[in-house]
Amino acid sequence: MKPIRRQRLILIILMVVGIGTAVGFALKSFNENLMYFFSTTDVMAGKAPKDALFRLGGMVVKGSVQRPGDGLTVHFKLTDFSKEVAVEYTGILPDLFREGQGIVANGKLDERGVFVAQEVLAKHDENYMPPEVKASLKKQVEGK
Amino acid sequence: MNLQEFFAMGGYAFYVWTSYGICFVVLLANIVLPILQRKQFLRQLALKQKRQNP
Amino acid sequence: MFLIPDSVGRFFHRMASPPHFYAFTEKLLPWLTGIFLILLACGLYGGLYLAPPDYQQGDSYRIIYIHVPSAWMSLFIYMMMAVAGAIGLIWRIKLAEIVAISSASVGASFTFIALVTGSLWGKPMWGTWWVWDARLTSELILLFLYLGVIGLYNAIDDKRTASKAVAILALVGVVNIPIIHYSVEWWNTLHQGPTVTKMDKPSIHVSMLVPLLLMALAFKFYYVIAMLQRAKLELLQRERTANWVKKLIEEQK
Repeated sequence: MKPIRRQRLILIILMVVGIGTAVGFALKSFNENLMYFFSTTDVMAGKAPKDALFRLGGMVVKGSVQRPGDGLTVHFKLTDFSKEVAVEYTGILPDLFREGQGIVANGKLDERGVFVAQEVLAKHDENYMPPEVKASLKKQVEGK
Repeated sequence: MNLQEFFAMGGYAFYVWTSYGICFVVLLANIVLPILQRKQFLRQLALKQKRQNP
Repeated sequence: MFLIPDSVGRFFHRMASPPHFYAFTEKLLPWLTGIFLILLACGLYGGLYLAPPDYQQGDSYRIIYIHVPSAWMSLFIYMMMAVAGAIGLIWRIKLAEIVAISSASVGASFTFIALVTGSLWGKPMWGTWWVWDARLTSELILLFLYLGVIGLYNAIDDKRTASKAVAILALVGVVNIPIIHYSVEWWNTLHQGPTVTKMDKPSIHVSMLVPLLLMALAFKFYYVIAMLQRAKLELLQRERTANWVKKLIEEQK
């Protein structure tokens, strides 16, 4: 390889590595802000903002979904398998909302410590399988 | 599964078929446009050549 | 000798002769198109008809067969564009510059498709068309990078200068590629984690995976076809005064 080309190659590699490092440091310092939602443990530890909208993510606790009154209002609990937070929501839920499903809710904590959601989004997992396979997997787990 | 069920996509017909439709149109345009532009460009060049040396 | 042996460089120089390249693509394209159409037909038949509905998402998950391969291609083509741009910068090979800029429009199209189909999938499943989470935002930045490359190239009249500018922009943007890929692991996002590339247990049933891989392969072939079509036009425009182009026109009469 001719020296001039070698020089250009080294220059390009240095440029890409340099920018990569700079962006890496920038992302590291903005890490908190890039989190799309808070976990339930964060909320219980008081890390979530008070009197301001934030997003809360977690799993809908099995058996916690209640629909008192007109049916549009839903009460349920979210968990990250260590802490639980009670959530209240009035409105239309996405198709994927069900017990055991991961969801992200946008809203704020009221004085009772209940998270009042204005919007509920479902977060689906990265697994794809036919219903029959899911059913047989479930049977295996229950059989143990 | 009959044809009607196939097109209904379990109630998600709008989302599924719109996705496939947009994908198809965009991909087709990416092939057809350069070919048409190239043909036109070659025609222009040929005309120019004819004018220069008749 | 430094990283790349001279013989490889010489091979590239021979292959990079414009008339040779033009004639070669003319022969190659029908074959590529044939293979692409077969793969596409198999992939679509498998994905839309043979594959069973998902246990959670029903039939809506079938958007995966264009969404995921498009998203993969948006990253893959960007890397191809950046590498071709770097080769153009270092060796000043005209053909590498043409491959780089011809990749940009195809890559932008795939990024656009990934974003739009993702939105059409997100509405029924997540309950929203769009969220500003790390994955979606970084993919949107990728679209702007592609558009920036195309815009910059068109803004500069001297195409050799334009290619250099574009290559540097593309190389700077490479930093976004790992960010897109790892965004779902580094941060809490609404977007789910990777399915196919994760290392532990398989998380997609084989009847659903096969059409997905077929579509991904079909899109790879599509990229080469679309890129070459664009490259042929680009090559003619740049070489309009060259003898081989004059000959080509005379042959066509």
